[in-house]
Amino acid sequence: MKTFLPAKFKVDRSSDRCIQCQVCVNQCSFDVHYYDAEDNEVRSREENCVGCHRCAIFCPARALTISRNPMDYRDNLNWRGETIEDIFKQAETGGMLLTGMGDDKGQRIYWDHLVLNASQVTNPSIDPLREPMELVTYIGRKPDRVTIDPVTRELKTDLAPQIKLEIPVMFSAMSYGAVSLNVQESLARAATEFGTLWNTGEGGLQSSLFKYGKNTIVQVASGRFGVHSDYLNAGQVVEIKIGQGAKPGIGGHLPGEKVSLDVSLTRMIPQGTDALSPAPQHDIYSIEDLAQLVYALKEATNYTKPISVKIAAVHNAAAIASGMVRAGADIICLDGLRGATGAAPKVIRDNVGIPIEMALAAVDSRLRQEGIRNQASVVIAGGIRSAGDVAKAIALGADAVYIGTAALIALGCHVCQQCHTGKCAWGICTSDLGLTKRINPDIGAQRLVNLLRAWSLELKDILGGLGVNALESLRGNRLHLRGIGLTDTELDILGVKMVGA
Amino acid sequence: MTKTAGNSVVKIDTTGILYKELNARLREIASDSVEKVELYNVCGQRYIGTDLNRPIQIDIYGTPGNDLGAFMNGPKIVVHGNAQDGCGNTMNEGEIIVHGHAGDVLGLSARGGKIFVRDYVGYRAGIHMKEYKEKKPTLVIGGTAQDFAGEYMAGGVLVLLGLNLAEGEKHKAKYIGTGMHGGVIYLRGEVEKYQLGPEVGVAELDEKDNQVLRTLVGEFAGHFGYPADKILNHKFMKLYPRFLRPYGRLYAY
Repeated sequence: MKTFLPAKFKVDRSSDRCIQCQVCVNQCSFDVHYYDAEDNEVRSREENCVGCHRCAIFCPARALTISRNPMDYRDNLNWRGETIEDIFKQAETGGMLLTGMGDDKGQRIYWDHLVLNASQVTNPSIDPLREPMELVTYIGRKPDRVTIDPVTRELKTDLAPQIKLEIPVMFSAMSYGAVSLNVQESLARAATEFGTLWNTGEGGLQSSLFKYGKNTIVQVASGRFGVHSDYLNAGQVVEIKIGQGAKPGIGGHLPGEKVSLDVSLTRMIPQGTDALSPAPQHDIYSIEDLAQLVYALKEATNYTKPISVKIAAVHNAAAIASGMVRAGADIICLDGLRGATGAAPKVIRDNVGIPIEMALAAVDSRLRQEGIRNQASVVIAGGIRSAGDVAKAIALGADAVYIGTAALIALGCHVCQQCHTGKCAWGICTSDLGLTKRINPDIGAQRLVNLLRAWSLELKDILGGLGVNALESLRGNRLHLRGIGLTDTELDILGVKMVGA
Repeated sequence: MTKTAGNSVVKIDTTGILYKELNARLREIASDSVEKVELYNVCGQRYIGTDLNRPIQIDIYGTPGNDLGAFMNGPKIVVHGNAQDGCGNTMNEGEIIVHGHAGDVLGLSARGGKIFVRDYVGYRAGIHMKEYKEKKPTLVIGGTAQDFAGEYMAGGVLVLLGLNLAEGEKHKAKYIGTGMHGGVIYLRGEVEKYQLGPEVGVAELDEKDNQVLRTLVGEFAGHFGYPADKILNHKFMKLYPRFLRPYGRLYAY
């Protein structure tokens, strides 16, 4: 069938600069560049270009420029190019539109409508370069009250397991199979070096990564891939995945092509078979059932590890979160509308779920109202882009955040949204061994550690400006935030005042 | 609460003991060289057999609670009574023998081990069982099952004997094997096409199937004192996944 889809990008190759070295031919995994030996010329199939810039960055002659194809449709705010082309695709294939990364539709990004405070005159700001600044965060269930022995001055209260984070930024769940082993190793090593946690996702823990267990969250999802007693006991936290921001309410299919021998060993399924994660966990149809699995995992790990429960942020997130805490979750994780994925139906990714800022504010308020906020740490995911977002999330009530896309960008991801194709030219979201070696875990870990270091410096600068010396003083302190360009209802849900007020 | 009989058998009267305490005690016992534990007056305690990780026999008298043997890795559990929901949840290795019936999601996501249930079971028995290398989870159900038996099955063997059905009575379960993409179901008696998931194919048993069935029914009959020959001397259906990738053509790229 003749496709009506135009090329998305233009590939401009400067003939003055091009030396026909064919680096672009080798670097492109989408089959854009090819060498015409007869004419001794490198040419392009522009219709295949996804705009990932791999060729342009690696071109030694700097001969390549990738730009948007300027071909326009007649202006129409209702029938925009993307809408038209989506229909072309579906008419040509009869399938659901599949996509990667997070929602790109730009529903209001509340981080951009929140601003932080700083000290002026009435209280002094602190210079973090010369004074100690505390970013350390402990996640896990906190007791309602603590008792200290008056004589020995020792803590008499039994504490639930607590995990220490040097920075309240952890790496989101990205499974082996969705991302490559080199990506996971980069994340694991960076988490270990910096003192935070990475998350296995639901694809099991590859044997070579067990040694990073002290900085690992192991995930239990509906597919139960690779879940066995050694796995559960390998990590510091066990996370039950109920949902994911990019695809609330639906399961996942890791296609058989991505289930290589090594992925199959880790997921504990035969090579080449589809790994199907059912939409629900079939032992959880209620809060009571969730409690049953939470305590099954506590039993399986002998009460030595916090149990986290991750949900997609949906309309009734606050009520659900209350149930999760009462079900025994030590950590609750909320993944918002802009949370990313290796593959999801586009219609779900872009239309289901709520922005994480609203979910966080609503959940934190609800748990406080019910007097159970201390019983679980709140971790958020889905669209954290910078230290500024982290600081605002902490002020809105988060104990810590997960970053997924930001971590992958640190490794080279250019957010071309082709994760679902398995052809990632940057070697991140693929199991093609020729591509996965493009990520060197030595360099990958260094880039991630650098990112965390940079964010921790920025966080300390923000804290110093606020005149506080510990993140704990900012946590849940919404007086440090003001809203800009928001309605009264939005301000009310966020629990912040308007700028100027 | 504990009476010790000899070196290798421990007896516990579980009256009034909550599951956390009971399982802590079992962990302690399992770390000694005890071979067998007998639990009496069991009444709803959950997760028995979880986190023991070695072959130890646990005889349960009474009714154990949900998630019996969840994530189990090694023990053999004999229930002299009924099991509830989630029995054998994500089991890796071991054996559960139920002298009675079992509730919903029996053997959910099991990767290995064997479960024998004398009577009937609830909904979604064997859901998403998978197999891996030499591991092959096996469920043998003496009675019949409710809807969605073998749903999403990715591996393993599910045997449904229907022994509690009256002469001429048929299995009533619908959506059997829905989403199945691995493993096999052997069903004694008959079901109509509409009772099967669209991904399920029906075939006659070949010699290899019969061999598997003879072994499993032999074990089942041995556990519960039934005549194996009489069970086997009946028509069986083999239900298998028609597609290894049932959801291959869903997407536009």
